[in-house]
Amino acid sequence: MPKFRLNRRYVISELLKQREDTLVVNGLGGTCWDIASLGDNDFNFYVWGGMGNACMIGLGLALSQPKKKVIVITGDGEMLMGIGSLATIALKQPKNLSIVVFDNELYGETGSQKTHTAYSTNLSKIAIGSGIINSSIITTKADLLLLCSKIHQIKNLSFSVIKINQEQEEIVLPIREGAYIKSRFRKALLGEKILLE
Amino acid sequence: MDKVSNNKKYNWPYNIYEVFKDNKIKQIAYVPDAGHKDLIDYCENDKNMKMISLTSEEEGVGLLAGAWLGGEKGALLMQSSGVGNCINSIASITRACDFPLLMLVTMRGEWNEFNPWQVPMGKATAKVLEALNVNVTRCEKIDDVSETINAMLGLAYKTNSINAVLLSQKLIGAKDF
Repeated sequence: MPKFRLNRRYVISELLKQREDTLVVNGLGGTCWDIASLGDNDFNFYVWGGMGNACMIGLGLALSQPKKKVIVITGDGEMLMGIGSLATIALKQPKNLSIVVFDNELYGETGSQKTHTAYSTNLSKIAIGSGIINSSIITTKADLLLLCSKIHQIKNLSFSVIKINQEQEEIVLPIREGAYIKSRFRKALLGEKILLE
Repeated sequence: MDKVSNNKKYNWPYNIYEVFKDNKIKQIAYVPDAGHKDLIDYCENDKNMKMISLTSEEEGVGLLAGAWLGGEKGALLMQSSGVGNCINSIASITRACDFPLLMLVTMRGEWNEFNPWQVPMGKATAKVLEALNVNVTRCEKIDDVSETINAMLGLAYKTNSINAVLLSQKLIGAKDF
């Protein structure tokens, strides 16, 4: 397995630096705090629960908004719990969806137990085997910056595993009331009139 | 299509499809069940509907939350055993965020069931859903199907509630009447 190279807060800041109106969905836990560390945004759908379902929320959103870019940013533990969703997403091949997995090979919220990726599991190969051809593992800054230069484009369904280091970062909590996060997101995306329907 | 036009009144899967069409349902998420076969076929032939075949039912719960974030309505089709697979997602996503959700559940484990392994989840289906404050309505008769589903769709999307319509095994078995 490749060595851990990248700091998660550096990675998130590069990934979302040029987001403009990109829609962002996170997996519960560390990636939620990472996105929140960049400041609040109406186009963030902060997921605080439902472990394993971040990618499917992203798929439903991507299918309903084909002209908007959707990025799901989640962790290796969350991705493992919803691993079947990669097969489902591959069936639909939405061009406007990118999945990014921050892989530190451990469950950071629960005591740093090792995940399956610390041993034999290769998420990128599972994605390829599921039918997501544009799949890679990123371990260097150069490869990260190449990804960041393309990730906001609507071109191809993509899956990227970014090997991050295991440093614990400051926990930055975003708003957490689900109904508010949902309605705020819909209002920003669909316009104020949507709240009257 | 002859079957549709000749037996429209008794073709409850077609009636459900019409309700979906009238309500602008765009995303149909499903784990196939024999009881949903005809409905899936009708929806697949409609270019305005996106069919999402799932590896497990809980994926559909996340999917339809995302669909609604983007402004599209959907429906989740499954067999009663699939209800067990969805529970945490229904609680932790749909309920936690007050998302609307319509589930159409074909029942196993009741009327003249031959497989004893289907019985425990069949018996628990309504209770498990009710534990999460899901509105559960059963359909036993062909004449009730489209009206019930239309009403439950309306309730889901007008009040951000979660509604499960259980299509009884008696009804499914009666589809060739």
